[in-house]
Amino acid sequence: MDLYEYQARDLFEQYGVPVLPGIVADTADEVRAAAEKLGGVVVVKAQVKTGGRGKAGGVKVAKNPDEAYEAAKAILGLDIKGHVVKRVMVAGGARIAQEFYFSVLLDRANRSYLSLTSVEGGMEIEVLAVEKPEALARVEVDPIAGIDTAKAREIAVAANFPAELVDKVADVFVKLYEVYKGEDATLVEVNPLILDEDGNVVALDGKVTLDENAEFRHANHALLEDKAAADPLEAAAKELDLNYVKLDGEVGIIGNGAGLVMSTLDVVAYAGENHGGVKPANFLDIGGGASAEVMANGLGIILGDPQVKSVFVNVFGGITACDQVAKGIVGALAELGSAANKPLVVRLDGNNVDEGRRILAEAAHPLVTLAENMDQGADKAAELANAA
Amino acid sequence: MTIFLNKDSKVIVQGITGGEGSKHTSRMLAAGTQVVGGVNARKAGTKVLHNDAAGNPVELPVFASVAEAMEQTGADVSIAFVPPAFTKDAVVEAIDASIPLLVIITEGVPVQDSAEFWAYAQEKGNATRIIGPNCPGIISPGEALVGITPANITGKGPIGLVSKSGTLTYQMMYELRDLGFSTAIGIGGDPIIGTTHIDALAAFEADPETKAIVMIGEIGGDAEERAADFIKANVTKPVVGYVAGFTAPEGKTMGHAGAIVSGSAGTAQAKKEALEAAGVKVGKTPSETAQLLREVYAALGA
Repeated sequence: MDLYEYQARDLFEQYGVPVLPGIVADTADEVRAAAEKLGGVVVVKAQVKTGGRGKAGGVKVAKNPDEAYEAAKAILGLDIKGHVVKRVMVAGGARIAQEFYFSVLLDRANRSYLSLTSVEGGMEIEVLAVEKPEALARVEVDPIAGIDTAKAREIAVAANFPAELVDKVADVFVKLYEVYKGEDATLVEVNPLILDEDGNVVALDGKVTLDENAEFRHANHALLEDKAAADPLEAAAKELDLNYVKLDGEVGIIGNGAGLVMSTLDVVAYAGENHGGVKPANFLDIGGGASAEVMANGLGIILGDPQVKSVFVNVFGGITACDQVAKGIVGALAELGSAANKPLVVRLDGNNVDEGRRILAEAAHPLVTLAENMDQGADKAAELANAA
Repeated sequence: MTIFLNKDSKVIVQGITGGEGSKHTSRMLAAGTQVVGGVNARKAGTKVLHNDAAGNPVELPVFASVAEAMEQTGADVSIAFVPPAFTKDAVVEAIDASIPLLVIITEGVPVQDSAEFWAYAQEKGNATRIIGPNCPGIISPGEALVGITPANITGKGPIGLVSKSGTLTYQMMYELRDLGFSTAIGIGGDPIIGTTHIDALAAFEADPETKAIVMIGEIGGDAEERAADFIKANVTKPVVGYVAGFTAPEGKTMGHAGAIVSGSAGTAQAKKEALEAAGVKVGKTPSETAQLLREVYAALGA
């Protein structure tokens, strides 16, 4: 889960990372009040989970509350790469002497952590990495030892910080690592980390990604989720503990196991090339050992998507028993009654497949077609979606 | 031959008294695996009752620790069905006991825990091969099952399979059920895993009974690209590939914690191109991939 900048700022503050005061606001009037409260020059910053907001006009400096009000009017509602700005942060102004870059992140390839640091901050890190790779210090961080003061100094020296700044930035690196570790993050990034004209090191921006697998030991993380921004079907699916991602197409997909479901989306998209270009409408993994109830919940979510024209249920029963899947389909259709008005193509193989197919054949629901295999089922579902 | 385990492997189950642990202990025994005991510190000294492959009842002892279980039973493989919150401790315990092979089935392990136990395994000299977490485990049909893969999909044969995904493993075994498998290994879909595609490819290359290899990948990370480099330099046996997730949108996690495209990194297209550049034929669908495997296998004249 990616956090908004203001949420990252709040976490930084809790861990003692130096930040500027910041007040969150949802309307131009709130922005004016925030600017009055902070006093002096402020920066109004769009809160969106995407980069490049400065270039898109999502960050404006305001010398007084009236200017802040006008800035808010310009920024709120702005579309930045498909993200509409609903909230801004009003932050105190800083007199920047120098800009740096620091991040610590999960390094999948090396099964370790990596810190990236540069004395040339402010520009996009991807650009820096390509144009001036020598200016970016990559230092591996041992997941057990972490970043202590000695390691932080090593990083600062590797990044060519001047000697008089090494201790100062190292102290901030240690605290940022404490955020990474303490909050089960997979990324903590500060761009820019600045030296102000009074000689203070301050995190002027923050990007934090949290590991959702670790939510069980962070009760506060659920509160950081932006439920309003989530797609309503995704939110409903999450309530039911379903692993669902909304996509743009017409063929609803239900399957078991992340890999098989991803593969099903691809196979449906290929089949769609022969059927008017229909595409998969969603990713939905009912998981291993799915019960009839889970199947019914999943079908309910998918049939609730008005874009869906047909549904392809693709299950290979490993732990999941095909008879349970079949019972779930029959039960869900009975429960939904006339609300179930889209054709279903069902492919079952594996554990208890004969019983599963028997249950579906016996129910003989007019909307249900049994497929022989995955490719044929995908083709049939695409054909039905295109015909609808 | 098989890779990583065989019919003589003696297996213990960490979490044998839990629901999943108990269910799969039964299935592994039914598949002919020599399950010799389990671990649960709170129930040490008790026994659990199951049936062996012949249907005869067997009493399996529950031990306080992996080390004790190894000492008492001669176990050389452990499989962990432990809730995510306790997985790291269970893995560290297995590493401390230097068990040669550990399979971690648990889904939902915090990735920092995985990073820590991996670093710990390195510190301890890498004496324990780790498979997983979040994986279906490993099966050598007709010899042993240490995992949750259905044992009846197909039998022993000349194909080696390595996959990030459980159900795609089952799907591919089913597609190629007429040929059969030396070993099929699901390495898991998490961002940090123990055994990698490359480890499995190296083992299949070295295994005389494996004649051809299927490698299944998915979006996220660059494991497939690195595997492609490895194949080019080190694998002489024919390899066919499949990559899932061409239609996955950027920035969305597709079920597996590791299955996410970020920017241009981790796309299925990039993985497919890397594999093809290494001479690996890549199928568009699982069935096409199975067909490609049949073709390269037939060309061997075996």
